Order: sequence, then C-alpha cells, then structure tokens
Amino acid sequence: MRHIISLLLENEPGALSRVVGLFSARGYNIETLTVAPTEDKSLSRLTIVTTGSDDVIEQITKHLNRLIDVVKVVDLTESAYIERELMLIKVRAIGKEREEIKRMADIFRGRVIDVTDKSYTIELTGDGTKLDAFIDALDRSAILETVRTGASGIARGERVLKA
Amino acid sequence: MELSGAEIVVRCLQEEGVEHVFGYPGGSVLFIYDAIFKQEKFQHILVRHEQAAVHAADAYSRSTQKVGVCLVTSGPGVTNAVTGIATAYMDSIPMIILSGQVPTHAIGQDAFQECDTVGITRPCVKHNFLVKSVKDLAETMKKAFHIATTGRPGPVLVDIPKDVTRDKCRFEYPKTVEMRSYNPVVKGHQGQIKKALQLLMQAQRPMIYTGGGVILSNAAPELNKFADLLGFPVTNTLMGLGGFRASDRKFVGMPGMHGTYEANMAMQHCDVLIAIGARFDDRVIGDPKHFAQNPHKIIHIDVDPSSISKRVKVDVPIVGDVRETLVDLTSLIEQQFASGSRTDEAAVAAWWKQIDEWRTKDCLRYDKKSELIKPQFVVEKLWEVTKGDAFITSDVGQHQMWAAQFYRFDKPRRWINSGGLGTMGVGLPYAMGVKMAHPDAQVACITGEGSIQMCIQELSTCKQYHLPVKIVNLNNRYLGMVRQWQQIEYGSRYSESYMDALPDFVKLAEAYGHVGIRVESPHDVEPALRDAFGKYKDRLVFLDILTDQKENVWPMVQGGKGLTEMLLSSEDL
Repeated sequence: MRHIISLLLENEPGALSRVVGLFSARGYNIETLTVAPTEDKSLSRLTIVTTGSDDVIEQITKHLNRLIDVVKVVDLTESAYIERELMLIKVRAIGKEREEIKRMADIFRGRVIDVTDKSYTIELTGDGTKLDAFIDALDRSAILETVRTGASGIARGERVLKA
Repeated sequence: MELSGAEIVVRCLQEEGVEHVFGYPGGSVLFIYDAIFKQEKFQHILVRHEQAAVHAADAYSRSTQKVGVCLVTSGPGVTNAVTGIATAYMDSIPMIILSGQVPTHAIGQDAFQECDTVGITRPCVKHNFLVKSVKDLAETMKKAFHIATTGRPGPVLVDIPKDVTRDKCRFEYPKTVEMRSYNPVVKGHQGQIKKALQLLMQAQRPMIYTGGGVILSNAAPELNKFADLLGFPVTNTLMGLGGFRASDRKFVGMPGMHGTYEANMAMQHCDVLIAIGARFDDRVIGDPKHFAQNPHKIIHIDVDPSSISKRVKVDVPIVGDVRETLVDLTSLIEQQFASGSRTDEAAVAAWWKQIDEWRTKDCLRYDKKSELIKPQFVVEKLWEVTKGDAFITSDVGQHQMWAAQFYRFDKPRRWINSGGLGTMGVGLPYAMGVKMAHPDAQVACITGEGSIQMCIQELSTCKQYHLPVKIVNLNNRYLGMVRQWQQIEYGSRYSESYMDALPDFVKLAEAYGHVGIRVESPHDVEPALRDAFGKYKDRLVFLDILTDQKENVWPMVQGGKGLTEMLLSSEDL
C-alpha cells in the first residue's frame, strides 16, 4: 500500500539525514521525498511517499517519532488528503510537433514556460498519476529532460499538522 | 566570568555529578585534558584503547544508576569508540560520549585526524550533536544528559571542535531543558492497565516475561512484588537477569536460544503472557510464526512504542515507564485481592504442575564426574565462592551463556554483558567500569581465550588504577560458540574456529604485574577461586582454566527454528 507520511522536523543541520538514514537502515522504501522550511523557519515540513504493509507503516511512523529532531508525524493516507507534485519537462518541439505539444499541455492544464525554436519547457502540476499520464501521452523520443519534485501533501478540511 | 569551552565541558560534568570519566587524549581534546588537569572533582581513567573507554563507561552505567561518561579524540579516537557506542546503543545504556573534532574552519577539509563523527555514529546513538559555537556548549551538554537518561535510555555523543574548546563565553548551566520534539511518556495509559489486570486475573496459564527494561528502569523490587503477589512463573531474558530473584521457585530460568526447557515451553504454551521491558527478539522467541501458532493473549509494557508489535502482535500494549506501570498494575491487583477477587488459582496450580513436570527434564544437566573441567562447574563454583553476590561481567560466546545459566542472579545490575550487539572483548573493560563504580565489591569477568584477547591491553589499565578484578578464562582452545554451530550446522567442519598459538596467559598476566594461575583439573578449580578472592584479594588474578574442548551449550534452539524445537544434548544431534 502507498502511504504519504508528513512530518515536522527541527530545521537543523543533519536532521534530514537522520530521517533518510532511518529508512535505509531499516530497509524501508522512499519513493519520493520533499522538504522545505515552513512559515516557522525553525521547522521543516517533509512529505515522504512510501509503500509497505500496515505493520511496516506502523513501524515507520513509530521509528520516525523516536527521532529526537522529529516534532510531529502523521500518515496523511489515514484520512482525506490532497497531494500535488510539480513537473518541469523539456520536450522536442519542431515543425508540426509544436502545435500538438502545446495542445497536449493545454489538455493537462500545463503551461509552456520556456521556448526555443527546437523545444518547449512545460510546467505541470497534479498528483503523480496525472504527471505519469502526461508523460505517457507524449512521444517518448520527444522528451529531452524531466524533473519532478515528488509529492507534497496536506490534509483536507480543518485537520492541521502543527508543532 | 568567562570560561573556555574546555572549562565549560568540565564544569558541566561536575554539575551533572560525574565522578569518573574514561578516556584517551589526543590532539583535538588537549584543551579539555588541560582543564581536567586543573580540577579534582572527577577522576579520569586512562585506558589503553578507546573501545575500552566506552565499554568501561557503559558498564559503569549498567552497574549503577549513573551515567557513564567517556572522552575520546577526533578521527581514530572516535572510530575506535564506535564498537563500544553500538554495544551500548543495542542495550539502551545511558551514557555520554564526548569526542574531539578538528577546528570548525577545518571541518570538511580532510584535516589530520578528521572524520565525520556525527555521520559515522548516527545510526548507533540515541542522538548526537556537533557543537559549532562555545555559546551552545552548556545547553547541548544539558540536553545530552537529558536525552541519554530519559525515555528509552541510550548513548548520546557530543562532538566538540577544538576551537570551541578554546573560545570563551559566560558559563551558566541550565537547570532544566525543554524540547518540543522530545517528551517521552512516563505514565502508562490507565485504561490499558485495567485491561491488563483483567487478562491477568482470568489467566489459566500465565507467564511473566521480563527483559532489560526492568533493570534500566530500576523496577526489580516492583517486579518481585508483582510476581510474588500473583504467584505466576517468571522468566528473565539475558538482559533481564537479576530483575527477578533467580533463587525463587517461581523463576523458571532464561528463555530463548539457550534458555531452559521449562522457560521455553512455558513461553510457548501460556495463555496470557505479560512482557515487561522485553522486546521479543530473535534470540528469545525464535521464529515468530512458530511462536504465534499457540494462541496467547499478550500484554506488553515498554517505554518505547517502536518495540511494541514489532515482531509479535500484542493485544494490550502499554507505553510507559516499566516501574511506574508496575506500581500502578500492582496496586490494582492489591485492590482486587482486598475486595475478595482471586486469580484462577486451580488453573494456575495445574499450570505449575505442568511446569514442574517440564523441570524434571533437568535441561541444564552436565557430566559432574568428568575428568575434564566442565565450564558449567566452574561457574557454579564461582557462584559458591562469591556467595552469589559478585558482579559478573562476561564476553560473548559459550562462556557467556554458561554464566547466564549457572550464576543465579538475585539482584539487578549484577550481570553485565553485551546482549544485543554481542561484542567480544567487552568483558575486561566491563569489569574495570564496574570496579571503578563499586571498589569494595567482588568483580569477576567470565571470558574465553578468544574474547579476552580482543581487549587484553586493558590489563595495563587495571595495573595503573589498581583494579583487582578476577578473570575467569574458560579456555577451551576453540572459538567455542562458533565451533558448536559448525558441529551442529556445518558438518563439523571447524573452519577457523581453532585458536592456535595461544599465549601463556599466566606469564602474560605476570608481565602486566598481575597474578596468573593455571587450572588443569576439576579438583583445583575451587581452591584457585578461593585464592583469587582470598589470598590474592587485592590483586588482579587471571585464572586460565583449561576446560573440556568439546562441551556445548544446551539447550539450543537453532537459528530460525521455533522456540520449542530445542536440542537438549548431543544425543539430539
């Protein structure tokens, strides 16, 4: 099962490596990881996408909680949540491809943010499956470069993750 | 008045009431050693290898309720210490490791004796710090002691660059420490404790299974009271020995790979199991699937939520300090008894009958008439000679298991061994740490000729600080546990498990200024032990005891097997 774990971490040198080290030391997966400071500069917010059985996820959250620098941990997938990921993708755009790729980007609500006479760079936001779908819709050979941020997540409604 | 960072380190240790620091100097910690030279509140013990400094501080902590402290230099000083730190971490021992670091401006430059200390030690400490400014030093030290000693205890490392020890600032030691990210639970959930009470009152085949958590939370008196009140059988893990008195009839021995037949059978066949400060590890319950074949209701008390439902699903988890929770649970039981409720006494009596029948297997039997010295016999004699009241350290291997099986511990913190990491070489430095903490107590190190050579250099430290510990070397000229596994699982192909070219341990002990005695016959065991603790009371005595080379530790549950799939003797092979 795919889970999205959100955590608040003391924004200190080495804190991130404790989280990452825990995953590698205990053999847990990290599919994606995003991290940035919050409105409170002393805290970082992490979103980790991982997979595992319920037992494994329970152990992951317990072990994360055990880290001294971890302030709060929540498994977003336990209730309603929203996730978004940003992708920047550079594609070959020559001749009639230009029109077609532009149209495709529009369908996926992407935006062309950089142009040369041979390429487009497109910005696209959504959950991971939407970004996958866009990639699948393109001619593979046209893709020059892809960069994805990994998922960021937040709970729906009034549930908040606060220190 | 402003103090240098080095002086602040010393003052912090004094504020924490530290009396002994085990360490080894080097370039990055010279300011600290200079500050130590100018003070008299704590004693520094100079070891011969940093690994031993950590082990000694670790045992100092294990044998007291105090925090062990050690001090090492940067680079190789730290890397040598890593084995000791990992050993303490696996057994949740509260201790502080102070390490020197190259000056802040040199960090990352591949400076002489530089290593990424925080990175290297991260997976084997409860927490670690790199202090980048002298202004942060006192608060970091306070946090380090707080983290090491609260919740599930553990080693905490403070890495201090040389310029930080030279820089000056005002010193004020914080009285308290607040951390929003660290607030360990102390009190168990009352609703859960009531659920546990119900299960215990209804139990027909109850079993009390306790581990190192009982020792660490100083809950031995509470555990004894709890078990006495209920009259249920008790087993203590390797880390929990002494938590419940071994001389009591309710004690069924240690469980696990080399546990007693009755303990393992009772663990498997009980209907209500209360695990207290124990973690169902692989050496204790064997294959968890096999363990789960018999239906148990499991109550699990532990201060660390991540220890609960890790290998075995539990029915009533209670997160909290073991001692506090036992106090709460015991007072509820007393209330029940006062109101006339009883446990299921008839069923428990029948359960005891079953356990007594298992006991008739006499699973720890060995050949008492042997012409060769049986290692079990030596441990039994040691128990007699020391009246069961010594501090016993051990190394790792067969001798460790025999010590655990045959030295019957009635008190906590008397049995000092590396249970989790299984570190050969701890025995002698452990004995040093214990002797520093308890100068008037009898301290013996039960070891083997393999393990003792891993930290043998510490005989020199023992001479310098006059530490008259007794080394009981069960010398079978084999890496015994390796040999045993090779015999049982690898077709008796004894690959690299024979120790050729052993030193003359008697002469070696003498060369270090100690007493060496070789024992070659069963008749000489007791007199030699009596001499060690009598005639040579004030000397370190190295007893080199030539034991039966082929003796094995029984019972044995082979790796990956179920807990009751025990081999009881060579005849089962």
